[in-house]
Amino acid sequence: MNNLTTLLKSSIGRKLMMALTGLFLVLFLLIHLIGNLQLLIPDGGEAFNIYAHTMGNNPLIQIVSKLNFLFIILHVIYSIWLSRLNKAARPIGYAGKPAQATSTLSSRNMGILGTLILAFLLVHLKGFWYEFKTGADIMMVTYGTETIPDVFPVVATAYSNVWYAAFYVIMMGVVGFHLYHGFQSAFQTLGLGYNKYKKLIQTAGTLFAILVPALFALIPIVMYIQNA
Amino acid sequence: MGKENIGLTLKVWRQKNEADKGHFETYKLSEVSTHASFLEMIDVLNEQLIVEGKDPVAFDHDCREGICGMCSMYINGRAHGPQSATTTCQLHMRHFNDGETITIEPWRAAPFPVIKDLTVDRSAFDQIMAAGGYVSVNTGNAPDGNAMPIPKEDADEAFNAAACIGCGACVAACKNASAMLFVSAKVSQYALLPQGQPERKERVLKMVAKMDELGFGNCTNTGACEAECPKGISITNIARLNREFLSASLTPGH
Repeated sequence: MNNLTTLLKSSIGRKLMMALTGLFLVLFLLIHLIGNLQLLIPDGGEAFNIYAHTMGNNPLIQIVSKLNFLFIILHVIYSIWLSRLNKAARPIGYAGKPAQATSTLSSRNMGILGTLILAFLLVHLKGFWYEFKTGADIMMVTYGTETIPDVFPVVATAYSNVWYAAFYVIMMGVVGFHLYHGFQSAFQTLGLGYNKYKKLIQTAGTLFAILVPALFALIPIVMYIQNA
Repeated sequence: MGKENIGLTLKVWRQKNEADKGHFETYKLSEVSTHASFLEMIDVLNEQLIVEGKDPVAFDHDCREGICGMCSMYINGRAHGPQSATTTCQLHMRHFNDGETITIEPWRAAPFPVIKDLTVDRSAFDQIMAAGGYVSVNTGNAPDGNAMPIPKEDADEAFNAAACIGCGACVAACKNASAMLFVSAKVSQYALLPQGQPERKERVLKMVAKMDELGFGNCTNTGACEAECPKGISITNIARLNREFLSASLTPGH
Protein backbone atom coordinates (compact mmCIF):
# COMPACT_ATOMS: atom_id res chain seq x y z
CA MET A 1 0.00 0.00 0.00
CA ASN A 2 1.38 3.38 -0.96
CA ASN A 3 0.61 5.52 2.05
CA LEU A 4 1.17 8.85 0.31
CA THR A 5 -1.49 8.06 -2.30
CA THR A 6 -3.77 6.96 0.54
CA LEU A 7 -3.17 10.31 2.21
CA LEU A 8 -3.99 12.38 -0.87
CA LYS A 9 -7.16 10.39 -1.54
CA SER A 10 -8.41 10.56 2.05
CA SER A 11 -10.71 13.09 3.70
CA ILE A 12 -7.83 14.24 5.91
CA GLY A 13 -5.62 14.61 2.81
CA ARG A 14 -8.22 16.85 1.18
CA LYS A 15 -8.37 18.91 4.35
CA LEU A 16 -4.56 19.06 4.40
CA MET A 17 -4.61 20.58 0.91
CA MET A 18 -7.07 23.23 2.12
CA ALA A 19 -4.90 23.96 5.16
CA LEU A 20 -1.56 24.18 3.34
CA THR A 21 -2.85 26.31 0.44
CA GLY A 22 -4.78 28.42 2.95
CA LEU A 23 -1.73 29.02 5.13
CA PHE A 24 0.30 30.00 2.06
CA LEU A 25 -2.39 32.55 1.21
CA VAL A 26 -2.30 33.81 4.81
CA LEU A 27 1.44 34.42 4.42
CA PHE A 28 0.85 36.05 1.04
CA LEU A 29 -1.72 38.43 2.57
CA LEU A 30 0.86 39.59 5.11
CA ILE A 31 3.53 40.30 2.45
CA HIS A 32 0.91 41.94 0.22
CA LEU A 33 -0.14 44.18 3.11
CA ILE A 34 3.43 45.30 3.87
CA GLY A 35 3.82 46.29 0.19
CA ASN A 36 0.46 48.06 -0.01
CA LEU A 37 0.97 50.12 3.13
CA GLN A 38 3.57 52.05 1.11
CA LEU A 39 0.61 53.63 -0.69
CA LEU A 40 0.09 55.67 2.47
CA ILE A 41 3.62 57.18 2.46
CA PRO A 42 3.13 60.83 1.39
CA ASP A 43 5.76 60.86 -1.38
CA GLY A 44 3.54 61.09 -4.46
CA GLY A 45 3.68 57.34 -4.93
CA GLU A 46 7.46 56.96 -5.22
CA ALA A 47 7.86 54.16 -2.66
CA PHE A 48 4.89 52.25 -4.07
CA ASN A 49 6.06 52.61 -7.67
CA ILE A 50 9.55 51.36 -6.81
CA TYR A 51 8.05 48.48 -4.81
CA ALA A 52 5.69 47.50 -7.67
CA HIS A 53 8.52 47.69 -10.20
CA THR A 54 10.89 45.62 -8.03
CA MET A 55 8.28 42.94 -7.40
CA GLY A 56 7.35 42.79 -11.08
CA ASN A 57 10.96 42.20 -12.13
CA ASN A 58 12.24 39.89 -9.43
CA PRO A 59 12.40 36.33 -10.84
CA LEU A 60 11.87 34.75 -7.41
CA ILE A 61 8.79 36.89 -6.74
CA GLN A 62 7.49 35.97 -10.21
CA ILE A 63 7.76 32.25 -9.39
CA VAL A 64 6.05 32.78 -6.01
CA SER A 65 3.34 34.80 -7.76
CA LYS A 66 2.64 31.91 -10.17
CA LEU A 67 2.53 29.52 -7.20
CA ASN A 68 0.12 31.89 -5.52
CA PHE A 69 -2.30 31.66 -8.45
CA LEU A 70 -1.90 27.88 -8.45
CA PHE A 71 -2.67 27.69 -4.73
CA ILE A 72 -5.72 29.94 -5.05
CA ILE A 73 -7.05 27.66 -7.81
CA LEU A 74 -6.29 24.52 -5.75
CA HIS A 75 -7.95 26.05 -2.67
CA VAL A 76 -11.08 26.73 -4.75
CA ILE A 77 -11.12 23.32 -6.47
CA TYR A 78 -10.68 21.45 -3.18
CA SER A 79 -13.36 23.51 -1.47
CA ILE A 80 -15.85 22.68 -4.23
CA TRP A 81 -14.89 19.00 -4.02
CA LEU A 82 -15.25 18.98 -0.22
CA SER A 83 -18.57 20.83 -0.31
CA ARG A 84 -20.03 18.36 -2.79
CA LEU A 85 -18.93 15.37 -0.68
CA ASN A 86 -20.26 17.01 2.47
CA LYS A 87 -23.61 17.69 0.86
CA ALA A 88 -23.81 14.05 -0.23
CA ALA A 89 -23.13 12.95 3.36
CA ARG A 90 -26.45 14.50 4.44
CA PRO A 91 -28.99 14.18 1.60
CA ILE A 92 -31.94 15.06 3.85
CA GLY A 93 -31.53 18.08 6.09
CA TYR A 94 -33.11 18.93 9.44
CA ALA A 95 -36.37 20.84 9.87
CA GLY A 96 -35.69 21.91 13.46
CA LYS A 97 -33.75 25.12 13.97
CA PRO A 98 -31.60 25.44 17.09
CA ALA A 99 -32.39 28.29 19.49
CA GLN A 100 -28.69 28.97 19.82
CA ALA A 101 -25.84 27.97 17.55
CA THR A 102 -23.14 25.56 18.69
CA SER A 103 -20.51 26.77 16.20
CA THR A 104 -19.28 30.15 14.97
CA LEU A 105 -20.98 32.02 12.12
CA SER A 106 -17.66 32.07 10.23
CA SER A 107 -17.14 28.31 10.46
CA ARG A 108 -20.61 27.58 9.10
CA ASN A 109 -20.32 29.97 6.15
CA MET A 110 -16.80 29.43 4.81
CA GLY A 111 -18.16 28.51 1.36
CA ILE A 112 -20.23 31.68 1.00
CA LEU A 113 -17.40 33.84 2.39
CA GLY A 114 -14.92 32.14 0.04
CA THR A 115 -17.16 32.65 -3.00
CA LEU A 116 -17.48 36.36 -2.18
CA ILE A 117 -13.69 36.60 -1.81
CA LEU A 118 -13.20 34.87 -5.18
CA ALA A 119 -15.56 37.36 -6.84
CA PHE A 120 -13.68 40.20 -5.15
CA LEU A 121 -10.37 38.72 -6.32
CA LEU A 122 -11.50 38.77 -9.95
CA VAL A 123 -12.53 42.43 -9.69
CA HIS A 124 -9.31 43.20 -7.83
CA LEU A 125 -7.06 41.48 -10.38
CA LYS A 126 -8.84 43.14 -13.28
CA GLY A 127 -8.67 46.57 -11.65
CA PHE A 128 -5.03 46.58 -10.56
CA TRP A 129 -2.91 43.57 -11.54
CA TYR A 130 -4.19 43.50 -15.13
CA GLU A 131 -4.11 47.31 -15.41
CA PHE A 132 -0.53 47.49 -14.13
CA LYS A 133 0.56 44.91 -16.71
CA THR A 134 -1.35 46.14 -19.73
CA GLY A 135 -2.72 49.62 -18.94
CA ALA A 136 -2.32 51.82 -22.03
CA ASP A 137 -2.33 55.15 -20.19
CA ILE A 138 0.36 54.31 -17.63
CA MET A 139 3.02 57.04 -17.75
CA MET A 140 6.69 56.61 -16.99
CA VAL A 141 8.31 58.36 -14.05
CA THR A 142 12.00 58.94 -13.28
CA TYR A 143 13.45 58.55 -9.80
CA GLY A 144 17.17 59.42 -9.80
CA THR A 145 18.60 57.47 -12.72
CA GLU A 146 15.81 54.95 -13.11
CA THR A 147 12.69 55.38 -15.20
CA ILE A 148 9.83 53.09 -14.18
CA PRO A 149 6.03 52.88 -14.81
CA ASP A 150 3.96 55.26 -12.66
CA VAL A 151 1.27 52.88 -11.38
CA PHE A 152 0.35 54.93 -8.31
CA PRO A 153 -2.28 57.07 -10.16
CA VAL A 154 -4.16 53.87 -11.18
CA VAL A 155 -4.75 53.13 -7.48
CA ALA A 156 -5.40 56.76 -6.54
CA THR A 157 -8.00 57.15 -9.32
CA ALA A 158 -9.72 53.87 -8.45
CA TYR A 159 -10.07 54.81 -4.78
CA SER A 160 -11.31 58.32 -5.56
CA ASN A 161 -14.59 56.58 -6.47
CA VAL A 162 -16.55 56.23 -3.24
CA TRP A 163 -18.33 53.03 -4.33
CA TYR A 164 -15.11 51.36 -5.38
CA ALA A 165 -13.44 52.31 -2.10
CA ALA A 166 -16.49 51.16 -0.10
CA PHE A 167 -16.52 47.84 -1.99
CA TYR A 168 -12.93 47.24 -0.91
CA VAL A 169 -13.64 48.11 2.71
CA ILE A 170 -16.68 45.80 2.88
CA MET A 171 -14.84 42.93 1.20
CA MET A 172 -12.05 43.22 3.76
CA GLY A 173 -14.70 42.47 6.39
CA VAL A 174 -15.57 39.30 4.47
CA VAL A 175 -11.86 38.38 4.33
CA GLY A 176 -11.70 38.92 8.11
CA PHE A 177 -14.53 36.48 8.80
CA HIS A 178 -12.99 33.91 6.44
CA LEU A 179 -9.62 34.26 8.18
CA TYR A 180 -11.19 34.07 11.64
CA HIS A 181 -12.16 30.44 11.07
CA GLY A 182 -9.60 29.55 8.38
CA PHE A 183 -6.51 30.45 10.39
CA GLN A 184 -7.25 28.26 13.40
CA SER A 185 -8.87 25.55 11.29
CA ALA A 186 -5.63 25.13 9.29
CA PHE A 187 -3.61 24.50 12.45
CA GLN A 188 -6.22 22.03 13.71
CA THR A 189 -6.06 20.12 10.39
CA LEU A 190 -2.27 20.01 10.58
CA GLY A 191 -2.72 18.31 13.94
CA LEU A 192 -1.29 21.19 15.95
CA GLY A 193 -4.43 21.86 18.00
CA TYR A 194 -2.82 20.62 21.20
CA ASN A 195 -4.52 21.77 24.39
CA LYS A 196 -1.52 23.90 25.35
CA TYR A 197 -1.36 25.66 21.94
CA LYS A 198 -5.12 26.07 21.41
CA LYS A 199 -5.33 29.42 23.15
CA LEU A 200 -2.24 30.76 21.35
CA ILE A 201 -3.52 29.69 17.91
CA GLN A 202 -6.95 31.15 18.64
CA THR A 203 -5.56 34.48 19.84
CA ALA A 204 -3.08 34.76 16.96
CA GLY A 205 -5.83 33.85 14.47
CA THR A 206 -8.29 36.38 15.89
CA LEU A 207 -5.67 39.14 15.92
CA PHE A 208 -4.64 38.31 12.35
CA ALA A 209 -8.26 38.22 11.18
CA ILE A 210 -8.90 41.67 12.65
CA LEU A 211 -5.62 43.53 12.06
CA VAL A 212 -4.71 42.45 8.53
CA PRO A 213 -8.11 43.22 6.89
CA ALA A 214 -8.40 46.43 8.97
CA LEU A 215 -5.03 47.72 7.70
CA PHE A 216 -5.95 46.72 4.14
CA ALA A 217 -9.25 48.58 4.50
CA LEU A 218 -7.43 51.64 5.84
CA ILE A 219 -5.73 52.18 2.46
CA PRO A 220 -8.85 52.94 0.34
CA ILE A 221 -10.31 55.00 3.22
CA VAL A 222 -7.22 57.21 3.59
CA MET A 223 -6.72 57.53 -0.17
CA TYR A 224 -10.36 58.47 -0.71
CA ILE A 225 -10.13 61.18 1.96
CA GLN A 226 -6.86 62.47 0.46
CA ASN A 227 -8.49 62.77 -2.96
CA ALA A 228 -11.73 64.28 -1.74
CA MET B 1 -40.65 26.16 40.73
CA GLY B 2 -42.45 25.83 37.42
CA LYS B 3 -45.58 23.85 36.69
CA GLU B 4 -45.74 20.18 37.67
CA ASN B 5 -47.48 19.27 34.41
CA ILE B 6 -47.18 20.88 30.98
CA GLY B 7 -49.01 20.59 27.67
CA LEU B 8 -46.96 20.03 24.49
CA THR B 9 -47.33 19.90 20.71
CA LEU B 10 -44.99 17.33 19.16
CA LYS B 11 -43.86 17.35 15.54
CA VAL B 12 -42.50 13.84 15.12
CA TRP B 13 -40.78 12.34 12.05
CA ARG B 14 -42.70 9.26 10.89
CA GLN B 15 -41.18 6.93 8.32
CA LYS B 16 -42.43 3.36 7.75
CA ASN B 17 -39.11 1.94 6.55
CA GLU B 18 -35.85 2.85 4.82
CA ALA B 19 -37.55 3.14 1.41
CA ASP B 20 -40.43 5.33 2.65
CA LYS B 21 -40.11 9.06 2.04
CA GLY B 22 -41.26 9.97 5.55
CA HIS B 23 -43.13 13.00 6.88
CA PHE B 24 -43.82 14.97 10.06
CA GLU B 25 -46.87 14.08 12.11
CA THR B 26 -48.24 16.46 14.77
CA TYR B 27 -49.43 15.15 18.15
CA LYS B 28 -50.85 16.92 21.20
CA LEU B 29 -49.95 15.83 24.72
CA SER B 30 -51.54 17.29 27.82
CA GLU B 31 -50.42 16.78 31.42
CA VAL B 32 -46.80 15.80 30.79
CA SER B 33 -44.94 15.60 34.12
CA THR B 34 -41.94 17.94 34.24
CA HIS B 35 -40.16 15.20 36.22
CA ALA B 36 -40.42 12.80 33.27
CA SER B 37 -37.43 12.17 31.04
CA PHE B 38 -37.80 12.88 27.32
CA LEU B 39 -38.08 9.15 26.58
CA GLU B 40 -40.76 8.72 29.25
CA MET B 41 -42.66 11.52 27.54
CA ILE B 42 -42.43 9.56 24.25
CA ASP B 43 -43.63 6.47 26.17
CA VAL B 44 -46.71 8.48 27.23
CA LEU B 45 -47.27 9.50 23.61
CA ASN B 46 -47.00 5.87 22.48
CA GLU B 47 -49.49 4.70 25.14
CA GLN B 48 -51.88 7.31 23.79
CA LEU B 49 -51.27 6.19 20.17
CA ILE B 50 -51.84 2.52 21.08
CA VAL B 51 -55.16 3.39 22.79
CA GLU B 52 -56.15 5.26 19.63
CA GLY B 53 -55.26 2.19 17.58
CA LYS B 54 -52.35 3.93 15.84
CA ASP B 55 -48.79 2.77 15.19
CA PRO B 56 -46.52 3.89 18.08
CA VAL B 57 -43.40 5.91 17.32
CA ALA B 58 -40.34 3.66 16.94
CA PHE B 59 -37.29 4.96 18.82
CA ASP B 60 -34.05 3.47 20.10
CA HIS B 61 -33.35 3.19 23.82
CA ASP B 62 -31.63 0.70 26.08
CA CYS B 63 -30.05 1.69 29.40
CA ARG B 64 -31.92 4.94 30.05
CA GLU B 65 -29.05 6.03 32.25
CA GLY B 66 -26.94 7.93 29.74
CA ILE B 67 -24.31 5.36 28.83
CA CYS B 68 -25.63 3.15 26.02
CA GLY B 69 -25.75 5.83 23.33
CA MET B 70 -28.92 4.49 21.70
CA CYS B 71 -31.36 7.38 22.14
CA SER B 72 -30.59 9.16 18.87
CA MET B 73 -33.10 12.01 18.70
CA TYR B 74 -32.63 15.41 17.11
CA ILE B 75 -34.76 17.71 19.26
CA ASN B 76 -35.55 21.29 18.25
CA GLY B 77 -32.48 21.45 15.99
CA ARG B 78 -30.08 20.01 18.58
CA ALA B 79 -28.68 16.50 18.95
CA HIS B 80 -30.17 15.07 22.20
CA GLY B 81 -32.02 18.36 22.76
CA PRO B 82 -31.20 21.75 24.24
CA GLN B 83 -29.11 20.60 27.25
CA SER B 84 -25.40 20.17 26.61
CA ALA B 85 -23.53 17.01 27.71
CA THR B 86 -26.84 15.10 27.94
CA THR B 87 -28.30 12.07 26.21
CA THR B 88 -32.03 12.09 25.37
CA CYS B 89 -32.87 9.75 28.26
CA GLN B 90 -31.18 12.15 30.71
CA LEU B 91 -33.03 15.17 29.31
CA HIS B 92 -35.97 16.09 31.48
CA MET B 93 -39.24 17.78 30.56
CA ARG B 94 -38.58 20.59 33.07
CA HIS B 95 -36.35 22.12 30.37
CA PHE B 96 -39.41 22.71 28.19
CA ASN B 97 -42.19 25.26 28.53
CA ASP B 98 -45.95 24.76 28.79
CA GLY B 99 -47.50 24.97 25.31
CA GLU B 100 -44.17 24.53 23.52
CA THR B 101 -43.89 22.84 20.12
CA ILE B 102 -41.07 20.28 20.00
CA THR B 103 -39.66 19.04 16.69
CA ILE B 104 -38.23 15.51 16.90
CA GLU B 105 -36.19 14.06 14.04
CA PRO B 106 -33.86 11.10 13.54
CA TRP B 107 -30.08 11.55 12.99
CA ARG B 108 -29.58 12.73 9.41
CA ALA B 109 -26.55 11.27 7.64
CA ALA B 110 -26.20 9.11 4.54
CA PRO B 111 -24.25 6.40 6.45
CA PHE B 112 -27.02 6.32 9.14
CA PRO B 113 -30.12 5.23 7.19
CA VAL B 114 -33.47 5.51 8.95
CA ILE B 115 -34.85 2.07 9.83
CA LYS B 116 -38.17 3.36 11.12
CA ASP B 117 -39.40 6.71 12.50
CA LEU B 118 -36.64 7.89 14.88
CA THR B 119 -34.56 4.72 14.73
CA VAL B 120 -31.42 4.87 12.59
CA ASP B 121 -28.92 2.17 11.67
CA ARG B 122 -25.62 3.17 13.29
CA SER B 123 -23.78 -0.03 12.36
CA ALA B 124 -21.45 2.14 10.23
CA PHE B 125 -19.69 2.90 13.54
CA ASP B 126 -19.29 -0.84 14.17
CA GLN B 127 -17.72 -1.22 10.73
CA ILE B 128 -15.21 1.53 11.54
CA MET B 129 -14.36 -0.23 14.84
CA ALA B 130 -14.00 -3.59 13.06
CA ALA B 131 -11.57 -1.96 10.63
CA GLY B 132 -9.03 -1.18 13.36
CA GLY B 133 -10.53 -0.25 16.71
CA TYR B 134 -9.00 -3.11 18.67
CA VAL B 135 -5.76 -4.23 20.33
CA SER B 136 -3.99 -7.58 20.08
CA VAL B 137 -4.10 -9.60 23.28
CA ASN B 138 -1.89 -12.63 23.74
CA THR B 139 -3.36 -15.80 25.16
CA GLY B 140 -2.19 -17.05 28.55
CA ASN B 141 -2.44 -15.47 31.96
CA ALA B 142 -3.60 -11.88 32.32
CA PRO B 143 -0.55 -9.64 32.90
CA ASP B 144 -0.27 -7.71 36.18
CA GLY B 145 -2.13 -4.43 35.70
CA ASN B 146 0.54 -2.50 37.58
CA ALA B 147 3.47 -3.99 35.69
CA MET B 148 3.18 -1.43 32.90
CA PRO B 149 3.84 2.15 34.06
CA ILE B 150 1.69 4.74 32.25
CA PRO B 151 2.00 8.52 32.87
CA LYS B 152 -1.04 9.88 34.74
CA GLU B 153 -1.70 12.55 32.06
CA ASP B 154 -1.75 9.92 29.29
CA ALA B 155 -4.02 7.63 31.29
CA ASP B 156 -6.44 10.51 31.99
CA GLU B 157 -6.44 11.67 28.36
CA ALA B 158 -7.01 8.10 27.13
CA PHE B 159 -9.83 7.65 29.63
CA ASN B 160 -11.49 10.92 28.52
CA ALA B 161 -11.39 9.71 24.91
CA ALA B 162 -12.66 6.25 25.92
CA ALA B 163 -15.73 7.89 27.49
CA CYS B 164 -17.19 8.01 23.93
CA ILE B 165 -20.38 5.92 23.84
CA GLY B 166 -20.65 5.88 20.03
CA CYS B 167 -24.05 7.57 20.05
CA GLY B 168 -23.48 9.44 16.79
CA ALA B 169 -24.47 12.89 18.10
CA CYS B 170 -21.22 14.26 16.62
CA VAL B 171 -22.23 13.08 13.15
CA ALA B 172 -25.80 14.31 13.63
CA ALA B 173 -24.73 17.77 14.82
CA CYS B 174 -21.94 18.27 12.25
CA LYS B 175 -23.01 20.35 9.28
CA ASN B 176 -20.94 17.98 7.12
CA ALA B 177 -22.12 14.75 8.82
CA SER B 178 -18.47 14.00 9.63
CA ALA B 179 -17.54 11.15 11.98
CA MET B 180 -14.18 12.65 12.93
CA LEU B 181 -14.95 13.15 16.63
CA PHE B 182 -15.99 9.50 17.04
CA VAL B 183 -13.01 8.14 15.07
CA SER B 184 -10.62 10.51 16.83
CA ALA B 185 -11.81 9.38 20.27
CA LYS B 186 -11.36 5.72 19.35
CA VAL B 187 -7.94 6.27 17.75
CA SER B 188 -6.82 8.41 20.70
CA GLN B 189 -7.77 5.96 23.44
CA TYR B 190 -5.39 3.40 21.92
CA ALA B 191 -2.68 5.73 20.60
CA LEU B 192 -2.13 7.15 24.09
CA LEU B 193 -1.58 3.78 25.78
CA PRO B 194 1.26 1.24 25.41
CA GLN B 195 -1.26 -1.54 24.61
CA GLY B 196 -2.28 0.30 21.45
CA GLN B 197 1.21 0.71 19.99
CA PRO B 198 1.63 -2.46 17.82
CA GLU B 199 -1.28 -1.54 15.50
CA ARG B 200 -0.97 2.23 15.97
CA LYS B 201 -0.19 3.25 12.36
CA GLU B 202 -2.21 0.52 10.67
CA ARG B 203 -5.21 1.30 12.88
CA VAL B 204 -5.49 4.99 12.02
CA LEU B 205 -5.03 4.38 8.29
CA LYS B 206 -7.70 1.65 8.24
CA MET B 207 -10.25 3.45 10.42
CA VAL B 208 -10.03 6.67 8.41
CA ALA B 209 -10.22 4.72 5.13
CA LYS B 210 -13.37 2.94 6.38
CA MET B 211 -14.88 6.22 7.60
CA ASP B 212 -14.35 7.76 4.14
CA GLU B 213 -15.62 4.65 2.34
CA LEU B 214 -18.87 4.69 4.34
CA GLY B 215 -19.62 8.20 3.11
CA PHE B 216 -19.22 10.34 6.21
CA GLY B 217 -18.47 14.00 5.44
CA ASN B 218 -15.22 15.91 5.73
CA CYS B 219 -14.46 17.76 8.97
CA THR B 220 -14.31 21.54 8.67
CA ASN B 221 -13.42 22.15 12.33
CA THR B 222 -16.63 23.98 13.26
CA GLY B 223 -16.60 22.40 16.73
CA ALA B 224 -20.35 21.62 16.71
CA CYS B 225 -19.54 17.96 17.56
CA GLU B 226 -17.69 18.90 20.72
CA ALA B 227 -20.57 21.17 21.79
CA GLU B 228 -23.14 18.35 21.33
CA CYS B 229 -21.15 15.37 22.63
CA PRO B 230 -22.97 13.93 25.69
CA LYS B 231 -19.62 12.75 27.06
CA GLY B 232 -17.71 16.00 26.48
CA ILE B 233 -15.15 14.52 24.06
CA SER B 234 -12.83 17.37 23.01
CA ILE B 235 -11.85 18.23 19.42
CA THR B 236 -8.26 18.08 20.67
CA ASN B 237 -8.75 14.41 19.79
CA ILE B 238 -9.43 15.41 16.16
CA ALA B 239 -6.10 17.27 16.09
CA ARG B 240 -4.49 14.07 17.42
CA LEU B 241 -6.26 11.97 14.77
CA ASN B 242 -4.98 14.33 12.04
CA ARG B 243 -1.48 14.07 13.51
CA GLU B 244 -1.64 10.27 13.78
CA PHE B 245 -2.98 9.93 10.23
CA LEU B 246 -0.43 12.31 8.69
CA SER B 247 2.45 10.63 10.48
CA ALA B 248 1.25 7.13 9.55
CA SER B 249 0.77 8.21 5.92
CA LEU B 250 4.23 9.70 5.68
CA THR B 251 5.93 6.60 7.15
CA PRO B 252 7.17 4.37 4.30
CA GLY B 253 4.90 1.34 3.89
CA HIS B 254 5.99 -2.30 3.99
